[in-house]
Amino acid sequence: MEHIRTTKVEQVKLLDRFSTSNKSLTGTLYLTATHLLFIDSHQKETWILHHHIASVEKLALTTSGCPLVIQCKNFRIVHFIVPRERDCHDIYNSLLQLSKQAKYEDLYAFSYNPKQNDSERLQGWQLIDLAEEYKRMGVPNSHWQLSDANREYKAAICRCSQPLSGFSARCLEDEHLLQAVSKANPVNRYMYVMDTRPKLNAMANRAAGKGYENEDNYSNIRFQFVGIENIHVMRSSLQKLLEVSGTKGLSVNDFYSGLESSGWLRHIKAVMDAAIFLAKAIMVENASVLVHCSDGWDRTSQVCSLGSLLLDSYYRTIKGFMVLIEKDWISFGHKFSERCGHLDGDPKEVSPVFTQFLECVWHLTEQFPQAFEFNEAFLLQIHEHIHSCQFGNFLGNCQKEREELKLKEKTYSLWPFLLEDQKKYLNPLYSFKSQRFTVLEPNTVSFNFKFWRNMYHQFDRTLHPRQSVFNIIMNMNEQNKQLQKDIQDLESKIKRHKNKQTDGILTKELVHSVCPESPTLKTSLCFKEQTLLPVNDALRTIEGSSPADNRYSEYAEEFSKSEPAVVSLEYGVARMTC
Amino acid sequence: MEFAELIKTPRVDNVVLHRPFYPAVEGTLCLTGHHLILSSRQDNTEELWLLHSNIDAIDKRFVGSLGTIIIKCKDFRIIQLDIPGMEECLNIASSIEALSTLDSITLMYPFFYRPMFEVIEDGWHSFLPEQEFELYSSATSEWRLSYVNKEFAVCPSYPPIVIVPKSVDDEALRKVATFRHGGRFPVLSYYHKKNGMVIMRSGQPLTGTNGRRCKEDEKLINATLRAGKRGYIIDTRSLNVAQQARAKGGGFEQEAHYPQWRRIHKSIERYHILQESLIKFVEACNEQTHNMDRWLSKLEASNWLTHIKEILTTACLAAQCIDREGASVLIHGTEGIDSTLQVTSLAQIILEPRSRTIRGFEALTEREWLQAGHPFQQRCAQSAYCNSKQKWEAPVFLLFLDCVWQILRQFPCSFEFNEHFLIMLFEHAYASQFGTFLGNNESERCKLKLQQKTMSLWSWVNRPNELSKFTNPLFEANNLVIWPSVAPQSLQLWEGIFLRWNRTSKYLDEAYEEMVNIIEYNKELQAKVNILRRQLAELETEDGMQESP
Repeated sequence: MEHIRTTKVEQVKLLDRFSTSNKSLTGTLYLTATHLLFIDSHQKETWILHHHIASVEKLALTTSGCPLVIQCKNFRIVHFIVPRERDCHDIYNSLLQLSKQAKYEDLYAFSYNPKQNDSERLQGWQLIDLAEEYKRMGVPNSHWQLSDANREYKAAICRCSQPLSGFSARCLEDEHLLQAVSKANPVNRYMYVMDTRPKLNAMANRAAGKGYENEDNYSNIRFQFVGIENIHVMRSSLQKLLEVSGTKGLSVNDFYSGLESSGWLRHIKAVMDAAIFLAKAIMVENASVLVHCSDGWDRTSQVCSLGSLLLDSYYRTIKGFMVLIEKDWISFGHKFSERCGHLDGDPKEVSPVFTQFLECVWHLTEQFPQAFEFNEAFLLQIHEHIHSCQFGNFLGNCQKEREELKLKEKTYSLWPFLLEDQKKYLNPLYSFKSQRFTVLEPNTVSFNFKFWRNMYHQFDRTLHPRQSVFNIIMNMNEQNKQLQKDIQDLESKIKRHKNKQTDGILTKELVHSVCPESPTLKTSLCFKEQTLLPVNDALRTIEGSSPADNRYSEYAEEFSKSEPAVVSLEYGVARMTC
Repeated sequence: MEFAELIKTPRVDNVVLHRPFYPAVEGTLCLTGHHLILSSRQDNTEELWLLHSNIDAIDKRFVGSLGTIIIKCKDFRIIQLDIPGMEECLNIASSIEALSTLDSITLMYPFFYRPMFEVIEDGWHSFLPEQEFELYSSATSEWRLSYVNKEFAVCPSYPPIVIVPKSVDDEALRKVATFRHGGRFPVLSYYHKKNGMVIMRSGQPLTGTNGRRCKEDEKLINATLRAGKRGYIIDTRSLNVAQQARAKGGGFEQEAHYPQWRRIHKSIERYHILQESLIKFVEACNEQTHNMDRWLSKLEASNWLTHIKEILTTACLAAQCIDREGASVLIHGTEGIDSTLQVTSLAQIILEPRSRTIRGFEALTEREWLQAGHPFQQRCAQSAYCNSKQKWEAPVFLLFLDCVWQILRQFPCSFEFNEHFLIMLFEHAYASQFGTFLGNNESERCKLKLQQKTMSLWSWVNRPNELSKFTNPLFEANNLVIWPSVAPQSLQLWEGIFLRWNRTSKYLDEAYEEMVNIIEYNKELQAKVNILRRQLAELETEDGMQESP
């Protein structure tokens, strides 16, 4: 708390991000140890976790006050105007301190207490067990020791980092290992080695004594570059994308030319194409594949995990997806803390590698709406928590570091919380029967890749459809389950009544056997049809929305009569951080 | 003229049909006066029936004696026919070319089509102006039906019956007609029951360079204003274009003569600019090999979504004037038959819940497009594959449908119809067995005696069988005004139209079916629970009676 100088500022304005007419809400800003909280005059609360803050900017003083712009890692951007510069300065300094911690121990996860005891906590951590997962895949078997393989095929996905070959170095042991990998596959004599980097980058690495496998030195390998750019290119690509999509009064042409020049969708397509190459090698050619990039924890993780997702429907379930993240990302040392900037560190190590993976998965869910047990909200929630530092899963940069931090004793695992809330993350259209054993073969024609509005504009309410088909179907699915129960209940009650009546008939002659249609019976036919469950009306509430939100014209100021308060939007994922 | 003269080779065997995502089909190709038919010998279900009028362009090429004809359709489908024999191939190609470009409307298929279904309701009488007027007359007495255009003499592109302010007589209307482009004097397009504000539409005023004015015109539009109220004139051209129009005798309303009106210029493109946009857009969507950068830059260069945004923005502005400002609106561009109608009809989709129902949308199409004189025959003569570069060809109606689709995407429960309904209207506007979209205005349709000689599209659509295909299972009447987002991030490529032939939609279709199943199942369960509740209640009352006789 020593960083907090001002805990409460009144009369703060929250500006509409896209409004050209400075539309705003007035309210009170609170600063807590973990969150920044804004409560507007309609009592609507906006919570921002300090760890989610990517940058805080204090703009030049204006007549109405001092502007403070906060950009978050979950793509929320808020623009406050604080009446007094002094207050603004205090908040600014506090946030700078609070959003950049120097030590892991100061992160939220180490103080977060969901009121569970130690054994519950431990159980949570044991929920996803990798040894269990390897057993599920059917390894170790006579061909494989504990490593990584695919269950249904004799072929396997293997991963490593680049060889330190330089221009001519060789390593016989490495060559033998690869040969052993190749031999472990009884079906196919050759194996693929995929270098996920652009060829140019790999060649440049040779000068530093690193590089790629020389096909002459390795027997039976087929070498392939797939051209995914490095973390620095990806970081600036996302930055450009966000600049474009955050522009006020954006034109269609500027949007698309910005989308193009950011290169973002090109990178997404490259990752997807690489995963498809991997899946095809395994499925069509029955060849094992060794995947690497430079270090083997960024592009390699993307390609291996996506490849697994294409090949094995287990990973398309909620639990399976958690296992996949544990296996290909956490345990293989994706440097979450550096890539997500959990601590005050080198900004050049930050990169949206995992976000890209989630986006690829989203693209798959768009092409195969019935193949995934989970929905988009699940992906968004995971994205939320790779940055939240609320749970221990994504802290640290490798397994070793995580053990040193004693995460399993000092923090909680995210997965049990997500599982507990499973209902929210279920895809109502999921059909495990029809697609369970099929391999997904996505189409990567460019027109299939779209801007992921629900990720990058998840907090920009006005840009989204005002009614969500998905939510309605999700609720209806839940309602159907309840209705089935109701029917069972009613049927058993009716049965009981009937039995009672038959008993009655046996004991005494029934009066109304003479006149079967009693007057009460007739009136009861007029019973009003009841709606049974309170259908979640909020979800169907139509947002008339307001035209001023949408900035149809520069005449807005003339039209700026008071708008009715907007009804809650169905979109926007419920957040555990709140 | 006999079709037989145009059909040099009526039948060729061993023709192979190639369609993307389908296996090739070998069969017999037959040409009739209006159709190209390919039926496979193995299996009679594999038949292709293609209306000649749906053919936009054809290419032919030869390898040895094997000819190939590539047929590009107005609905953007591309198919390929391999025809053995050079002479047969040339004959077929020239026949198709002749039959798909017949210049006489009365030779078109609707004049020959005999329906195989029972007509329950004659669509030609489904949406009579008198009936439409009744919907308003209960709410206001300030408007009347005028028969001044009975003989199409005052305005050739207007229907015989129009709605005008009660206080303006037919004589004044005749004078106003001479002051407005094409005789299109201001008429009522929409009456907003909530506050009595209206949308009117017209052609541009013929002010010319010397600022001509017309007292009757001023009186007519002022008659729609409440005391002390102002109105808005939305000109669908930029100020520059409107000013240039004066040199050709056109122009815009001068502030001095219309002091109660505020003029807003909103530029919406027209004519060949739209046609070129469509051509580029479809070309981009059809190319499977574009890398990401090329695809995005082609998408941008086509400007299609820019046009969508312009049109939607203007419609929202008009709706905003009516609903939020409580001001009436007059909308026109130059002729008042293209962008004007896009704006007036979309404003109604936003404002008026009825226009979001199936019947209401049909009525809207009838009122704001067909009777309002949108020249379908000219605008839809060619589609995305043609390079005739005729000024009058333009996808104005398709843009409107695309805008409706964008709103439907944003409010998926507020429309009674689904995407297939819009796609169906697009198809029939370009090629159809029905007479509805023939001709350029009511006057032409009258002369062609379409009502007597052809079948109305609505007669076919409004049968329960067909309606079930076009009904949105999520529909729940929504009486509110719906404001769409027009941000570029919110506008989407209409995949159902533009990617329809370029990818398989198997998984998406299956998911849609599953969604429908869940909804149907929900209804079933609800009904069952209600029945059981009733039963239980009955049993309980009976028990009660038994216990207390």
